[in-house]
Amino acid sequence: MTDTEIEPTETAARSTSELIAVIEALIFVADEPITVRTLAEVLGEDKENVQVAVDALREEYENRESGLQIREIGGGWQIATRTELHDSVRTFLKTKPSAKLSLASLETLSVIAYKQPVTIPEILEIRGVQSASAIKTLLEKRLIVTKGHKETVGHPMQYGTSKEFLIHFGLKDLTELPSIEDFEDLVK
Amino acid sequence: MQEQTEQYTFDFLNETAEITAESSDELQIKLGQFAGPLDLLLYLIRQEQANIFDIPIATITDEYVKYVRLMKKLDIAVAADFLVMAAQLIEIKSRMLLPRDPNVAEDDEIEDPRKELVDRLLEYEKFKSAAQMLYEKSTVEQAVFQRGKIESDENNAEISATVFDLITVFQKIVARQKDEIQMEIAREEVSLADMIKMLRKRIFEENELSLLAFFEEMHNRRELVTAFVAVLEIVRTESVKLVQKATFDDIILRKV
Repeated sequence: MTDTEIEPTETAARSTSELIAVIEALIFVADEPITVRTLAEVLGEDKENVQVAVDALREEYENRESGLQIREIGGGWQIATRTELHDSVRTFLKTKPSAKLSLASLETLSVIAYKQPVTIPEILEIRGVQSASAIKTLLEKRLIVTKGHKETVGHPMQYGTSKEFLIHFGLKDLTELPSIEDFEDLVK
Repeated sequence: MQEQTEQYTFDFLNETAEITAESSDELQIKLGQFAGPLDLLLYLIRQEQANIFDIPIATITDEYVKYVRLMKKLDIAVAADFLVMAAQLIEIKSRMLLPRDPNVAEDDEIEDPRKELVDRLLEYEKFKSAAQMLYEKSTVEQAVFQRGKIESDENNAEISATVFDLITVFQKIVARQKDEIQMEIAREEVSLADMIKMLRKRIFEENELSLLAFFEEMHNRRELVTAFVAVLEIVRTESVKLVQKATFDDIILRKV
């Protein structure tokens, strides 16, 4: 631990390689994706410099075909194992893939992801079936959050996806989702 | 990791909903789950190998009604939404049977009674495909592992709390209050406005405020409810953040 401890006030000029090293350490110790903004604040560096260093770090991992990857997820940066190595990792950790969401929950989630902010009646309109229990599950799993009331009759609650949603599905941000119109060609 | 298991799970690849009829009396059903009436309809249309833009409505309606009846016979709770769809199908079917209105000129386009249904099916199918995409993404994501827990995680971890967590904390306190026997003494009621004012003052003076402690200062249920509403209001209108060290832990109100 002591090797990676950073004085938040330390603002001494760092060389690029020093900056990359310290960012690597911070991404490693952070227990959830760490944003460029946080990195810049902690290190007392410009956001631009941090961004450049993060990109360099990511490339470095990629170029040496590391078993680890530095990746952008849920608006921040994270260090994680490579997908291809899942078999060995799983054998070692003795874990099975965790419980999947039900079909109803997944469908509800896809409507929310694409139509957010969206109300329960609007979801019903698309799915043709009540989604109340799916909404409850998704809220409990923190995959969706409430987004205030809609200015319409009855002021229904609106829902949208959360940061956990991005992390759960391995997304940088919402723009990384394929456009809903792309699914049209599949349908016909 | 696996403490939350859903009542049922669905594997897109292996468990497709399917009805296999061997003979008329010996129905064999493999009940995967149809996610809803539209899902069932799409399945029936596929099975008939029908064109979605030209649905053989009589056949599909019969099949649909048969399936819903079967579900009832097997004592599977049929969601009301399935029955609504059955009614809509029957309505479309009967409208298709009606002769053409002789007063409408031959070349006037009459809207196909099936059009609205087709539009809904197409719209629904897009989201069904999107759901499958999400399923695949989460499967891929499960092949990626982060580092194991380290000592500092417990100390630093801060989850931003949601209204759900708020309610959980609130319920805890209400349950505790219930056990206390207390004398009813007439006292001034604290209005919501006063409560908000007080709460705001506390947060801005102390920077951080434990909700558990704050709720516990309340003398009765009425005040407790007022305090809870005040918290909701403050969170909505002011720049304060709700943070939590662990799920179901105390919630802290923090000035941003």
